[in-house]
Amino acid sequence: MRHEVRFSGFGGQGIILSAVILGRAAVMYDGNYAVQTQVYGPEARGGASMSAVIIDDQPILYPKVTNPDIFVIMSQEGFEKYGVHAGEDAVMILDSSLVQSRPRCRYIEIPATREAKQTLGRDIVANIIMLGALVRTTGVVGEEAIEKAILDSVPKGTESLNLKAMKLGFELAKKEDIT
Amino acid sequence: MTYTEWLREDRLPHIYCAGCGNGTVINCTLNAVDQMGWKKEETVFVSGIGCSSRAPGYIMTDSLHTTHGRALAFATGIKMASPDLNVVVFTGDGDLAAIGGNHFIHACRRNIDLTVVCMNNQIYGMTGGQGSPTTPMGALSTTTPYGSREPTFDLCELASAAGANFVSRWTSYHVKELTRAIHNGLKTSGFSFIEAAVQCPTNYGRRNKFRQVMDQIEYFKTHAVLQQKADRLREEGKPLPENSIVVGEFVHRNRPAMGVKR
Amino acid sequence: MTRIDFMQGNTACAEGALAAGCRFFGGYPITPSTEVAEHMAVKLPKLGGVFIQMEDEIAGIASVIGASWTGVRSMTATSGPGFSLMMENLGFAVMTETPCVVVNIQRGGPSTGQPTMSAQGDMLQCRFGSHGDYSIIALSPASVQEMYELTIRAFNLADRFRVPVFLMADEIIGHMRERIEIPDSVPREERRLLDKGTLPFHAGSDLVPGFPQFGKGYGVHVTGLTHDERGYPCTTSPSVHEELVKRLVAKVESARDEIADYRVTNPAAEVVFITYGSPARTVEQLIHDHPEAKIGHLRLRLVWPFCEKALGEFPDARVFLVPEQNLGQMAREIERHTSVPVVPLPKLGGALHTPGELEKAMEIWR
Repeated sequence: MRHEVRFSGFGGQGIILSAVILGRAAVMYDGNYAVQTQVYGPEARGGASMSAVIIDDQPILYPKVTNPDIFVIMSQEGFEKYGVHAGEDAVMILDSSLVQSRPRCRYIEIPATREAKQTLGRDIVANIIMLGALVRTTGVVGEEAIEKAILDSVPKGTESLNLKAMKLGFELAKKEDIT
Repeated sequence: MTYTEWLREDRLPHIYCAGCGNGTVINCTLNAVDQMGWKKEETVFVSGIGCSSRAPGYIMTDSLHTTHGRALAFATGIKMASPDLNVVVFTGDGDLAAIGGNHFIHACRRNIDLTVVCMNNQIYGMTGGQGSPTTPMGALSTTTPYGSREPTFDLCELASAAGANFVSRWTSYHVKELTRAIHNGLKTSGFSFIEAAVQCPTNYGRRNKFRQVMDQIEYFKTHAVLQQKADRLREEGKPLPENSIVVGEFVHRNRPAMGVKR
Repeated sequence: MTRIDFMQGNTACAEGALAAGCRFFGGYPITPSTEVAEHMAVKLPKLGGVFIQMEDEIAGIASVIGASWTGVRSMTATSGPGFSLMMENLGFAVMTETPCVVVNIQRGGPSTGQPTMSAQGDMLQCRFGSHGDYSIIALSPASVQEMYELTIRAFNLADRFRVPVFLMADEIIGHMRERIEIPDSVPREERRLLDKGTLPFHAGSDLVPGFPQFGKGYGVHVTGLTHDERGYPCTTSPSVHEELVKRLVAKVESARDEIADYRVTNPAAEVVFITYGSPARTVEQLIHDHPEAKIGHLRLRLVWPFCEKALGEFPDARVFLVPEQNLGQMAREIERHTSVPVVPLPKLGGALHTPGELEKAMEIWR
């Protein structure tokens, strides 16, 4: 069942945290194996940030993503650098409020940043909306598992906001059809 | 106190040249430690490289003779890991102010509970007399054969500015004052720095018009200016006499310190 | 009962150190090792330990050596340039027989090189980087689990042999997160204290003297100068120096088979990969993907002292292929110990060898 999930956006969006939460959900709450890796550059904010998670029910040997089947893309630059070559069998969850291009593979448009701002009043949780949408769309980890992993990982006092974001992601993914 | 209580007799005679000032400083330090009533098993001497740094090897306590310039970093590890130990560092001008300069200012900044005794002979004695950061302008050494052209460090000003709780300077002529200063340093919580100007007849005096051992000690006696007098002269707008060595207690304060016995 | 967690390699290293009883960390932040220090900074004060950020790596390892002499398990973590700065004091630790653990999360060099990219370019530096003849122990983890386990082993080996022990990880293993099983208790081998009445640097048949811990009344003089069994400087006697240095080397080298730590896959293989660190993961993938090919794999968990006995596990080997993130550092060592051809498969730049690349390299020899 090996899945390779690649997240990309700009630094500061929580791209790496998203990948860590996903890996944690798989390992801690689904009883699977996961490896999370990332590209580190010198910049802490801005730039194209990338992180990846491999999820498998077997121990993961080669730890690097070679052919991602799932993409979560949250910036135009991230799309151009890490999403544009997505294989035709892949599925892409893209933040339609920030990504203008569309891939050749199947994709689902989630206006995560806009919804985070307008519905939840905090654009910082856009990545959690994307995580919710990713899980609802692909089932790569369980919905209970992602909820627990989010609660493990977000700062104290922000739990309910983040759970709202996750649920909003679930709903947005339900409403949209994959094209 | 007699020397047999603190020195390893099986290591004597020591390597110091006849007339060297280091023995006086070791003597003053051990007297001060003895006055503290510190037990040997709870006292550690640490040093780097150079003539001064051979001192711990002659003392009966646990001692760590480390790499050049790094004694304060080693001592920091000892004191932070085991604050119940009393840690005294012997160092010299080259060890402390040249290769170890960065560790010196950071140990002062941390105000770590060490007592550091610097034997400042203004030269690299052990290696045959090369210039150091305290070699006076114009002085001759094997690497300043035409007279040093570099300004010197004032080690006490450095320690004061960097945050040490206790800073004092004396010379090998001022045995009682030096012993008292070291004792005060040992008593002070935080970083205590005592600079002792010492004669190096072999590698400094010989090249710089101190033909006899007593010449340089006489120089210390005649050129030492008490800090209070120096302050008074400054207030009166008068210059200090040329080549003055300002001596006394420059800093004695109680800033927050690290590694203090719990 | 073990506890499952999802953890970064560097964090697992710090957790392993804490489980091993490490209570002093002195270091300086440097990518890609910084998370080790950061985790120690969070945890050590809560455990009654000491974390101190020193002014540079020279001071970092110096503080670790000082702390170790007071009987506290101590370590530092660094990378590339910081590792270079530590070299002189590491020689001091060797000469004074100070137990300490040095973690190196290797990045691309020389110089500042590639701070955020993986490499294995310091494998010879950890063995030979300080001046003079000596021997040390180095371990190399290939998973987050091994970052934990081998850090613990590093402390036990350091205390037993009184040498610096290196955890030679790479950026890939240090920075990736994966599943880890944390046991309730971990093996612990204590530092043997010096028997009173014995000279402090007199060693018995195991060549390791008892430890005269500071503050216990031993009154020991410890110096980086050549010293006799009393610990006193003795710098002009050829025999004292020769005996000391030979013992420092022999105490490690004579134990190489006993402390050897490696994994063997398909011992009847003719084509055999030898790996340590992250390239091991690529070879494991290759073996998994081609079970019929019976690919041999010798995976070194303990790299120094190199255990030549391990090569004998593959009696039919026609070639040893050695993928490394350097230009063939361990391949060079392996070559010294075998008549079987040794082929380095170097890769620089930070990316991990892919299974495809290694498959291609292997095909030439089949």
